[in-house]
Amino acid sequence: MPTIETKEGPLWRKRTTLKQWLIWGGWLIGLCIAVYAWQLISEKTIWMFVWDAPRQMSDIGERMVPPDWSYMPKLWRPVWDTLNIATIGTAIAMCLAVPIAFLAAHNTTPHKSVRAVMLFIIVATRSVNSLIWALLLVVIVGPGVLAGTIAIGIRSIGGCAKLIYESIEEIDPKQVEAIKATGGSRAQQMVYGILPQVLPTIAGVGVFRWDINVRGSTILGIVGAGGIGIQLSASINVLAWTQVTTILIVILGTVFVSEYISAKVRGAII
Amino acid sequence: MLRLENLSKRYKTGDLALNNVTLEIPDGQLVALIGPSGAGKSTLIRCVNRLVDATTGTIHLGDREITGLSNKELRRARRRMGMIFQEYALVERLTLMENVLSGRLGYVNFWQSLFRKYPKENVREAYRLLDRVDLMHMVDKRADELSGGQRQRVGICRALIQDPELLLVDEPTASLDPKTSRQIMRLIRELCEERKLAAIINIHDVALAQMFSERVVGLKLGEIVYDGAPEGLTPEVLTEIYGEEDWEKTIEKVDDEDDMPNDGEMA
Amino acid sequence: MNEASPHYAETWKKPPFIKSSLLRYLIYLGTVTYFFLAIYTMDVNWTRVAEGIPRGMDMISKFFPPDLSDSRGVILDGILESIWMAIISTIGGVLLSIPIGLGAARNLAPTWIYLFCRGIIAVSRTFPEVILAIFAVKFFGFGPFAGFIALAIGTIGFWAKLLAEDIENMSKSQAEAVRATGATWLQWINYAIQPQVLPRMIGLSLYRLDINFRESAVVGIVGAGGIGAHLLTSVQRYEYATTATILFAIIAIVITLEYSSGYLRKWVQ
Repeated sequence: MPTIETKEGPLWRKRTTLKQWLIWGGWLIGLCIAVYAWQLISEKTIWMFVWDAPRQMSDIGERMVPPDWSYMPKLWRPVWDTLNIATIGTAIAMCLAVPIAFLAAHNTTPHKSVRAVMLFIIVATRSVNSLIWALLLVVIVGPGVLAGTIAIGIRSIGGCAKLIYESIEEIDPKQVEAIKATGGSRAQQMVYGILPQVLPTIAGVGVFRWDINVRGSTILGIVGAGGIGIQLSASINVLAWTQVTTILIVILGTVFVSEYISAKVRGAII
Repeated sequence: MLRLENLSKRYKTGDLALNNVTLEIPDGQLVALIGPSGAGKSTLIRCVNRLVDATTGTIHLGDREITGLSNKELRRARRRMGMIFQEYALVERLTLMENVLSGRLGYVNFWQSLFRKYPKENVREAYRLLDRVDLMHMVDKRADELSGGQRQRVGICRALIQDPELLLVDEPTASLDPKTSRQIMRLIRELCEERKLAAIINIHDVALAQMFSERVVGLKLGEIVYDGAPEGLTPEVLTEIYGEEDWEKTIEKVDDEDDMPNDGEMA
Repeated sequence: MNEASPHYAETWKKPPFIKSSLLRYLIYLGTVTYFFLAIYTMDVNWTRVAEGIPRGMDMISKFFPPDLSDSRGVILDGILESIWMAIISTIGGVLLSIPIGLGAARNLAPTWIYLFCRGIIAVSRTFPEVILAIFAVKFFGFGPFAGFIALAIGTIGFWAKLLAEDIENMSKSQAEAVRATGATWLQWINYAIQPQVLPRMIGLSLYRLDINFRESAVVGIVGAGGIGAHLLTSVQRYEYATTATILFAIIAIVITLEYSSGYLRKWVQ
């Protein structure tokens, strides 16, 4: 924290002048970007509709209450499907993510080129949203739960493997060295030295991902990939707003329950 | 018998950690390796079991040359050398029993070790060793539940269950308080005597080295500058190894300050 | 040491993770039953799957090598729209999150404000951005404005929650020291709270920008602007070469964003 000498004595400043300017410059650039982005977006916006939004909201809001509880019995099966998509998808992803993570971590990979391929798989699968994977898979395997499950699985491979391989890279190497010093083979070093250190992370990542996937699988039905999203988009298309409310409440409940379960399980593991 | 001949190690960074070291350790001898930080003590014992590969020179354990072994032969050679580490290097999340049994990894195959199906005599020996170091009641505890001294005792068991000919001991007391340090050093010496084991012990604490070893080797900048009886460590010799300091007091009584446990945290 | 060698056990079993054996077997049984039922009730039309395989092969073959020529310029346009949408919704979402996050911190706000703000956070966290986008399209019409609204609300659920948690976990002594000087509430926020949470929150904003870009690529599927609409039409029209180009563009941008935001985060902290 520099001080500047002036006639009245030293003047205290929080930062040096150059640093201050850099920070102001940074904010200015940020502001410019924001204004430019806003202009682009507003050019493509039909403002008439936006000004009309409050009326739309109150209109749809009115039509959404009361929720149509008679629709509930038809929702149990979609909820079951939604949970299955998330659970089986996560299970498939974890089975693939663990070996991929071991091949990708720089301290366990057999070769640099293998590592590069694995890192590409990780980044490619996790960059693309599960809804996009579902869109493609519906074309390949047809609409339904299978497409959704595979989509969730593919998206989660990258998401899980990234967290796991990072934790493999952060292990305590001394414990592995000790196993090496007893004459343990490479495979034994993994099972005794590395696996116990990352096992809690692997379990935690699985549960964490499952929670995210429950949320993610509620929308896959929009592109026909199974789950409660099918009912949601169907009800919206026919403007059955009271049914929509029921579906939203069911989604809310499912997500809350899954969040609660995952917090409990994670607490028990760690 | 362990024989090092003209051993040198240069790291990729260019540091010469060992410079032409020649050393012979007969069976059953307890050697303390002293020297300032960075003198190459740690590198030397890691060269012996090839956790670090020496740049030039040869190492013989008995009539077997350690340098230049294939991977499979190296595994066999490593199981003849037990190693004890500074920070214990136990696998924190495994039980004591698994940690001790992991000393047999060089003998059992992968599937046996994966399903924890060790031969009966290994399990019996593991129980015997844990009893010997007074940890029988904690067999199923996880290693991260133990105190420093207890962990180091498990580390010793893991090294001994290998049934080694040689113990490589890297700063066994650096993370322990003075009393526990003495107990651990005494335990190591007793066990070496029981089993007629040779041992190389890296140690910072000159007084402990004098108390528990038969022979002291002083290392400075990768070269041996002293090799002889503990009584021969005169102030002149210590000055030669470590540099100028008032050594009289160190030799007479143990310098405890370095070993104080780190619990200076505020309440 | 002791000559009379006592008898030691010859076997040892690792203590199981779940101590109660009844509970353990119930969990095993439950897991097996669940997976059996889940797979059994999964409706799969295998003839349809078999038909789809050649189509899938065709799709994959279009990916290698990808057709990077964007003949009509629509892909670039859509991608740019997604990027700008992500940026503006991150900024807007963060600005909205600050008051909500402050209100949702138990140690700052009175109970009724606390509950209100927590409610907003809970709702915006629960619903995926795509559902928010469906409603935004209904309210605000098609186009990127709806996407902006949806992503900004999604940002609130993420950012305000973490801000509130950060404030709740911050060092009490610093906050009390500033309060003891007789500072007003705003001064107190500025001097005691802001320095403690600012660097992490800037980092989280950049992280959220990543997420928002990924989401902005899909909200177009429900009509809320960005590249998603083109992606949907390209799949529906079997123009897999275009699909491949868009996917590669998304992946490339996500990687770029991730690297640059990681770099910026380091620079900020």
